[in-house]
Amino acid sequence: MADLGVDLCGLRLRNPTMLASGVLDETAATMVEVARAGAGAVVTKSVGMSPREGHANPCVVELDVGLLNAMGLPNPGIEYFSEEVKAVKREGVTVIGSVIGGSEDELAAVAALMAAAGADAVELNLSCPHAKGLGTEIGSTPEDVERVCRASKERVKVPLFAKLTPNTSSISNLARAAERGGADAVVAINTLKGMAISPEARMPILANRFGGLSGPAIRPIGVRCVYEIHDAVEIPVIGVGGISTGRDALEYIMAGATAVQVGTAVWTRGPGVFKSICDDISRFMDEYGYSKVDDMVGAAHDTRP
Amino acid sequence: MLRVAEHRDETPWTKTMRFKDAVDARPGQFVMVWVPGVDEFPMSISYVGDRFGITYQIVGDGTKALSKAAEGDIVGIRGPFGRGFSITGKRILVVAGGAGIAPTAPLVDAATKKGVAVRLVLGAKSSAELVFESRCAAAGAEVHVSTDDGSKGQKGFATGLASSLIEKERYDSVYACGPERMITAMADICRKRGLPMQASVERIMKCGIGVCDSCALDGKHVCTDGPVFDLEQLEKFSELGKTRLDRTGRKTGI
Repeated sequence: MADLGVDLCGLRLRNPTMLASGVLDETAATMVEVARAGAGAVVTKSVGMSPREGHANPCVVELDVGLLNAMGLPNPGIEYFSEEVKAVKREGVTVIGSVIGGSEDELAAVAALMAAAGADAVELNLSCPHAKGLGTEIGSTPEDVERVCRASKERVKVPLFAKLTPNTSSISNLARAAERGGADAVVAINTLKGMAISPEARMPILANRFGGLSGPAIRPIGVRCVYEIHDAVEIPVIGVGGISTGRDALEYIMAGATAVQVGTAVWTRGPGVFKSICDDISRFMDEYGYSKVDDMVGAAHDTRP
Repeated sequence: MLRVAEHRDETPWTKTMRFKDAVDARPGQFVMVWVPGVDEFPMSISYVGDRFGITYQIVGDGTKALSKAAEGDIVGIRGPFGRGFSITGKRILVVAGGAGIAPTAPLVDAATKKGVAVRLVLGAKSSAELVFESRCAAAGAEVHVSTDDGSKGQKGFATGLASSLIEKERYDSVYACGPERMITAMADICRKRGLPMQASVERIMKCGIGVCDSCALDGKHVCTDGPVFDLEQLEKFSELGKTRLDRTGRKTGI
């Protein structure tokens, strides 16, 4: 049997799948359920210094090709959420705390509190495309990304991940900036900014008008981004975007991802999707003669003509 | 988007909206209703199948805007979603408090159609707020009314009336929808009596499709695991009757 365990910035994961931020991760009980369903780690909802209600409904649009959402980063604030993180840790689950902030200082302060609550790693959300003053609005240029990563790195001892936006002309430049700023890993990609309009109602469906597109439609974009980032930086890459099968995960891994995150597929396939992806990967490794996941990371780069 | 075929008052605060379209749903399932430019919210289906419909109380901006829709206007509908009621046994007791009759009326329809003997306890604050009494009686249910003020039927809560019916007669299954304290009280009664029970539960809902965690209840989700839960699951909920998540994800007292 193939070994699905991976080492990510010193964290030992029992398998390379993680629950992506924003999906089924607002409460401790749910995160524990998802881990029990097979995720190697869970990433929390993005949490800020103060509580946020998020955007009004409609906040999701179901599409054939994926999901368009503008939840608007609802979260209970880091003080309250620290207890949720502790509750997840008590169950022995590896938890990565996603954080948001309106400035590098605020973000660094939330990151420090997230680490203090016991998160095994901290993921900076530099890429949410639909919340004013947050997410991509403080992570859209290499200069911003480097500065923001550096500020958080000074305050956090656990591994620091930078989740980057694909809504840019060069995600490699953002990844290099994250590495310069001290990030221990890069997470790519977040959702692509999009819109859906109801012709009957003559208006955008989302209350926020625009949102972020996730799901199968964005997978080729995510795979391309991870492939480029793998060439651009030395730090590990965590691949995310449209993964719902083991084959999808393998695309990301061979593009250069050390681990993968799964979000929208929880909608279409339920929390059982994690086990299903791991079973697929395991079968593939047995058939194609890989003994560990690490042997496949970036493998697609070795065969260029 | 669907066109409104009929929009009628049930009480001064409760309306039923029906559509030309059929929605193949189980009693107890819900839809997300979009009033363009105003809000989107979950709503129990009160008529399943042909000319499906919803029945709602006017409680906020969204339902207030919905209440103004005229015949021929368009309303966005996503769904149906969630797990509905499953009908088991030959004799059932349905307990509906207030707006809890909306998802249980189609259950009464479906059960009586199957030849199941149905006793319905219909509770409301006053006689003016009773909904679907004649509909359920016409379907063949034996309807027992309770009102908080005693203006019709037995004075008091639906739970008291339901409890006395359970003492008199053996039921194969009990179904409940209404205020959460009514559901927890019915769950206590059914546990003591060893009666199977299903209840429909409400929480703040945003996505409706099992993604956002807003309607989490002890790690389960009202939108996909519910809204109908059986007694075994209801008993496991530590939050039921005690706390609910607000829009930020904080647990607040009920």
